Amino acid sequence: MSNPDDNLNPNDPNTTGHEWDGIKEFDNPLPRWWLWTFYATIIWGVAYLFLFPSIPLINGATPGFLGYSSRADVAADMQKYVDANAAVDQRIAAVDLDQIVGDEALLNYAMNGGAAVFKTRCAQCHGAGAGGFKGYPNLVDDDWLWGGTIEDIYTTISHGIREASDDDTRYSEMPKFGEILEPAEISELVQYVLALSGQNHDADAAAKGKVLFADNCAACHGEDGTGDRDQGAPNLTDAIWLYGGDAATLKESITNARFGVMPAWAGRLSESQIRQVATYVHQQGGGE
Amino acid sequence: MSILSKHKIIETNATLLMVLSLVVVAIGGIVEIAPLFYLENTIEKVKGMRPYTPLELTGRNIYVREGCYTCHSQMIRPLRDEVERYGHYSLAAESMYDHPFQWGSKRTGPDLARVGGRYSDQWHVNHLTDPRSVVPESIMPGYGFMLKAKLDGKYVADMVKANAMVGVPYTDEMLTEAQADFLAQANPDADSDGLLERYGKTAQVRNFDGQPELTEMDALIAYLQVLGTMVDFSTFEADASR
Repeated sequence: MSNPDDNLNPNDPNTTGHEWDGIKEFDNPLPRWWLWTFYATIIWGVAYLFLFPSIPLINGATPGFLGYSSRADVAADMQKYVDANAAVDQRIAAVDLDQIVGDEALLNYAMNGGAAVFKTRCAQCHGAGAGGFKGYPNLVDDDWLWGGTIEDIYTTISHGIREASDDDTRYSEMPKFGEILEPAEISELVQYVLALSGQNHDADAAAKGKVLFADNCAACHGEDGTGDRDQGAPNLTDAIWLYGGDAATLKESITNARFGVMPAWAGRLSESQIRQVATYVHQQGGGE
Repeated sequence: MSILSKHKIIETNATLLMVLSLVVVAIGGIVEIAPLFYLENTIEKVKGMRPYTPLELTGRNIYVREGCYTCHSQMIRPLRDEVERYGHYSLAAESMYDHPFQWGSKRTGPDLARVGGRYSDQWHVNHLTDPRSVVPESIMPGYGFMLKAKLDGKYVADMVKANAMVGVPYTDEMLTEAQADFLAQANPDADSDGLLERYGKTAQVRNFDGQPELTEMDALIAYLQVLGTMVDFSTFEADASR
């Protein structure tokens, strides 16, 4: 058996004096870098204690000498950008809508700001590329339910579609013809709408449907089926359909009617933001 | 240094070491946790908060059952980018009737703390049935089965009672009328005066999923549509010291 002490060199530090199963431990000091970092964290901690809200007392925590508050911080952060953009925001809110497109500085700001608003608030329904989905209008084509001028788009965004809380909201109410017409008559109407839009159809049924159309549908969709933007009645003669132009979908649309909704953004967005996003949508390719 | 030499007693006595460790940790815990129960800024009273209606509460339970919280948080932090995207930062009071709260800790999907009123009911039906039909890049699973899962509210009163037991201030009337309120909220033709009187104008009455039966889809959408809408932020003034 070797004596552990035999392994010690003359220059080795002292041991701690403990021994566990023949194992001894050098009594080395802590590494200096570690020790000073440790002291620094203590100093940091004490300073933090006094500078920031920390110790809970009876009525509230000590506020700290820096007066930090996460709420005040975020409010100041928001205000910073409001102030920075105030001049251009005021101009956008003040000029005529069609002047924004003509002014390069305003247009550049509106397109970027409008894109941010669109991605946050509009893309969920209208799609990231504004291409829409079934039941949610495509904004990049030239087919508009309520009009595609920048004023029309602005009004739609401001007041929404069928938004109960807004008195000026856009509202069209197609009757549920399932409660008015017989199923056979609806089938004839479907054939006529297929004929209107140049699709394969049954000519005999479509002829009967034409009479029904004149009596029931023409008041809103027009004698020739091209729709009426003042009433939000879609054009039935083109190949663009919000819910679908096949016979089964048309039958469903006529029987139960469709009532899409869109929120009114006046009040939720600033005047400048609404004008920015109206400009953005107008510039997507379909604007008139 | 006599006190330091006594340390050996603790180090060589495992049970004593454990007991004293527990005492030290308990002190830290009490200092950090106990003030949350009495400090004004953690129990800020906010106008508009009310207990969930039975239908919303059912929707909330479905939300928990399906594990929505694993991908969606309900906590808008006081940071500019979050406030710009989701709306006013969340207040502690807004989850005061949540047992348990749904703050979550991960956002695979967006935060839902203020999703109420942001989309139409029809959008929610489309999106919950087939998320890709409205958000092509979504990786959310579909929950179309909820349209077929009918609810009769047979045990809804017990559920409300359980929440009352853990401190949600449901009145006796709310408890006795729980099933009636549950059925009335999803039926626009029903008499909902009692429901609105008990829960106030933020209770929304309509056929949420658009089909005649009362289903889990109705309940979940009713819950989603009330999220973040109870507090009127046009009149709320943030106390900056909080």
